[in-house]
Amino acid sequence: MTDKPFELPNPDPRPEGEVEELKRIWATPKGFGLLTAVNNTVIGTLYIGAAFLFFVLAGILALLMRTQLAVGDNSFLSQDLYNQIFTTHGTTMMFLFAVPAVEALGVMLLPQMLAARDLPFPRLSAFAIWAYIIGGLVFFSTVLYDMAPKGGWFMYPPLTLTEYQPGNNADFWLLGIGFIEISAIAGAIEIIVGALRTRPPGMTLAKMPIFAWAMLIFAAMIVFAFPAVILATMLLEIERAFGWPFFTAALGGDALLWQHLFWFFGHPEVYIIFLPAAGLVSMMIPTMAQTPLVGYRLIVVALIATGFFSFGLWVHHMFTTGIPGLSLAFFSAASMAVAIPSGIQVFSWIATMAAGRERFRITVPSLFILGFLFIFVLGGLTGVMVAVVPFDFQAHDSYFIVAHFHYVLVGGMVFPLFATFYYWAPLVSSRMLSERLGKWAFWLMFIGFNTAFFPMHITGLAGMPRRVWTYPSNLGWDVLNSISTAGAFIMAAGVGVFIIDLVRNFRFGEGGPENPWGAGTLEFLPNDVYSTRSIPHVTSLEPLWDRPGLSREVDAGHHYLPNAPTGRRETLVTSAVEAKPQYVLQMPGPSWTHLVAAAGTAGFFLLLTIKQVPFAIASGVLAIGACLVWTWELDRPSQGEVEVAKGLRLPTYVTGPLSHSWWAMVVLMLVAASLYVSYFFSYLYLWTVSPDVWAPAGAPAPPGLLYPGLSAAMLVLGAGCMLWCGRILPDTEGRHWGRMVLLIIAAALMVGAVVLEIWGHWQTGLQPTDSSYGAMVYMASVLQSQIAFVVAIMCLFAAARLFTRQLTAQRRVTFDNAALLYYYAVGQGLFGLLLIHGFPRQLG
Amino acid sequence: MSFRASFAGLICLPLLAGCSAQQSAFNPSGHDAEQINILFWVMTLGGAAIFVLVLVLAAIAITGSTRVRQRLAGEGLINWLGIGFPVVVLTALLIYGFVLLQAGAQAEAGNTGLRIAVSGEQWWWRVTYRTADGREIEAANEIHLPVGQPVTLELTTADVIHSFWAPSIAGKLDMIPGRTNQMTVTATRPGITRGQCAEYCGGAHAFMAFHVVAQTPAAFEAWLEREAADAQPPQGEGPRRGQELFLTSGCGGCHTVRGTPADGTIGPDLTHVGGRHSLAAATLPNSAEAFAAFIVNNQHIKPENRMPPYGIFSEEQLDDLASYLEGLR
Repeated sequence: MTDKPFELPNPDPRPEGEVEELKRIWATPKGFGLLTAVNNTVIGTLYIGAAFLFFVLAGILALLMRTQLAVGDNSFLSQDLYNQIFTTHGTTMMFLFAVPAVEALGVMLLPQMLAARDLPFPRLSAFAIWAYIIGGLVFFSTVLYDMAPKGGWFMYPPLTLTEYQPGNNADFWLLGIGFIEISAIAGAIEIIVGALRTRPPGMTLAKMPIFAWAMLIFAAMIVFAFPAVILATMLLEIERAFGWPFFTAALGGDALLWQHLFWFFGHPEVYIIFLPAAGLVSMMIPTMAQTPLVGYRLIVVALIATGFFSFGLWVHHMFTTGIPGLSLAFFSAASMAVAIPSGIQVFSWIATMAAGRERFRITVPSLFILGFLFIFVLGGLTGVMVAVVPFDFQAHDSYFIVAHFHYVLVGGMVFPLFATFYYWAPLVSSRMLSERLGKWAFWLMFIGFNTAFFPMHITGLAGMPRRVWTYPSNLGWDVLNSISTAGAFIMAAGVGVFIIDLVRNFRFGEGGPENPWGAGTLEFLPNDVYSTRSIPHVTSLEPLWDRPGLSREVDAGHHYLPNAPTGRRETLVTSAVEAKPQYVLQMPGPSWTHLVAAAGTAGFFLLLTIKQVPFAIASGVLAIGACLVWTWELDRPSQGEVEVAKGLRLPTYVTGPLSHSWWAMVVLMLVAASLYVSYFFSYLYLWTVSPDVWAPAGAPAPPGLLYPGLSAAMLVLGAGCMLWCGRILPDTEGRHWGRMVLLIIAAALMVGAVVLEIWGHWQTGLQPTDSSYGAMVYMASVLQSQIAFVVAIMCLFAAARLFTRQLTAQRRVTFDNAALLYYYAVGQGLFGLLLIHGFPRQLG
Repeated sequence: MSFRASFAGLICLPLLAGCSAQQSAFNPSGHDAEQINILFWVMTLGGAAIFVLVLVLAAIAITGSTRVRQRLAGEGLINWLGIGFPVVVLTALLIYGFVLLQAGAQAEAGNTGLRIAVSGEQWWWRVTYRTADGREIEAANEIHLPVGQPVTLELTTADVIHSFWAPSIAGKLDMIPGRTNQMTVTATRPGITRGQCAEYCGGAHAFMAFHVVAQTPAAFEAWLEREAADAQPPQGEGPRRGQELFLTSGCGGCHTVRGTPADGTIGPDLTHVGGRHSLAAATLPNSAEAFAAFIVNNQHIKPENRMPPYGIFSEEQLDDLASYLEGLR
């Protein structure tokens, strides 16, 4: 694509009736059907609404805690209830509010900013959202009937092992959070593929809005960080349920393994929450200053650097665990280094504010942004303080830290979120929110927040530790705590004013004012259920500023894809870097299947928690069945080439690296690989802690080489089957029994290899409960079984598609996905065999 | 549950008001805490200056005249203040931090004198003094330190993770299953301060505190001699009956009183419990009333603690027991 001036893609007047057809195709289902909606503005709003609900609920818990702590020796709450409440507050804020809220903004805003009709996998995001809502509500409700976890949101073992926490409380945390993580990953895959492949033509990576950059990095961080905590939760749940001693020191486990895995996730998590919020700020400030962002490229670099550094900081949560001085020094340096990208952003925002020809406009979004700047800078400065190890020895686990991270998280995420509510509300509401109420909400929240949290810096250094349900009133902490409590209520009043504003002014629906702030980016193009009438050709970072006629052109259908050539939902897929149009993606519409799958998944985890195994399995089967029905409807045949612009015809079906589905599969493989790398780290880590329980000296040696040799042969043979099958896929539709048999054999080989591996170790007398070594050996097979199960289902699914004549050499995405994951599983399996059988032999 | 708990809480309120030893890092009486306090003030003042600078720049960016604003509007601001300045300041701070760490490591290596093994247990502290001449003296919930002499603390746990934190003396260090973490501290002036578990350790985490008693070396030696000795025989009729009750009611199953048949090791050693500054890991003041209250009502005073409540004693018996225990000085 050439830069401007450019020819309009569709210069001629459009035929009548196209808009009506778009409206019909993209119509939001009515009544109960609304539950089946998949359109990003509908489910995005639902997603944000749910996240906000959890913010309010967890905020109420905070008020209960602040009431209890208002004075010393108080007994408003009991010890046990307080411990449940602080655990639920932290868990809810982190897992049910912060991450979902930013992911929700991604779901809602990203397609609008990219002028895409929807995200590339609409049902996947709807699935993720419903799983989160159902699971989240059940998890949160445990606090109402005394069943909430009470191990802290960080759930350190051994406190969370069955020995110290019998009952189901801790399991609710583990399983509840486990699948909320899965929904986060589903969302991340969606966002990565969305940001890379559904940009409008001409929007190269260098012209992508900062928010899209932030979401891309956010999603990539989820892909690499969340698997660590998924593994950690698996290990802890398996130790709780079956006694595999990953964390029990007496049997060669180590409590610190949890901390490493948890914080390897937990620290990036902080930036996972902050980066999208920073991205939003970088979108709003230019609008309010009516000038392009100063230092766009520096900010992109800063975002990438933050994402990168954030994986090297996790140990700063563990400075007081007695780790060696060299580690302390490394992680201290890394923790300070991450301050620099934040500094770049802060000064870039200030420079942008100064750069406008007119003065920076003070609106409600601007107020929240300035509040954010104030709070976040202060939190960043205390962050540098706690990165200095000796100071952290005092501050760690005291109220100083409580103050610090609330400054960073509330300042860094909640204030930008409220700015976002006011700024982007017109996208989904037919009315703007009130500037007058917004100012009240802001000042109450700002004053309340600082009143509540600033004194905590002092309270902490005056000696008050975190997570205490009461304190003696003769230690000089009473006055400070009373002030904090008063501040918390003032802040809550601010949130209350905002809710009043929502009730009075938020009306879901189209027809809001067009571009009320005079923004330069695509989400403020004229919108309807189908997003924009046509997908604009983009030549700059602020297309609406640089091409004043763009809105009119887009609405008149003069840009790409002004209609629905296949007669169904579709959007334009472009190349990842240059954003050249590649094909028209056929998208699924509303459906019950993903909803049933979400309910089934949530039911599976929650029923497992209360040890209703048969019901859990039934629920799981229901979920898998629903997923199969859902995917059965996908992979629709090609509709031939369609015209998206004058003289530009694009295919409606592609395979291989061109396909969005191939990209999603690759991201999924990265998730699986991250999970396995976390496992690999854990294996070696426990060996360094307890070499004495390792084979061959401390445990039965692994079985003879015949076992792993045979397993490896099965894996390689299976891969051969898939490769061969892929070569000989039929050109014509038909039942080709030979190919079906190949797929079934491949599935059997994949499963057989794991079974053989487990059998071999069992023969040696090694038990997973013997020691951390035994537990780790069998854990490799647990992970392999997990992926083998999925791969086998996918192979059989492909066989079924063959049987029903829906799989050919051309229409083959279903098979390609199965094959891709199959090859990955073979690689993981071979690596596992090498580790499990090779490492002890190397030692012996 | 909650109503009864609140009621019990109200009753206990006056009891909880005990001695008012401070546990503040702002008021250091140990070498490390003094160093960290200086570090804190350096960083706070520096941080405050940077904070004000950012606010002033933001204010100028919003309200300044066009000419002034244009001077802030370029990437120069980002390069100088967003990259250059932090790199210099952070490097300096990093070096400062390392120097303090290094000094701590050297103090640790150099100490050959007294060692104190502290084991965190839900929700109290088992304290064993290990002298240079090989003696081991067990106590609980109180750390005595000779002023001016480095003392190495060997920190372990019997159950979950705890963290040993005496803010006036030094920073904190965790107690982790399967590990022994060491920390060398030096008290710089005599006095009583308070410390507390800093890692959430379940139920009564809020009530897992202790006192630090820094004494002149002579006073410390004298105290250690007394602590090493067996318990004093009960003085007077009431305490004698109290000891009888103590031994016949099964208290010795969990508690040791050296010099008597009571040799339990599950709970704190009570040989010199009357001489400590608090009861139940700094939950109650040390008084006969507090002993009596804890024996009967401990699950309300310190919920979930491992000691069962003993409602079996009459008022007189309780007085006798309390006077016996209080007399164990």
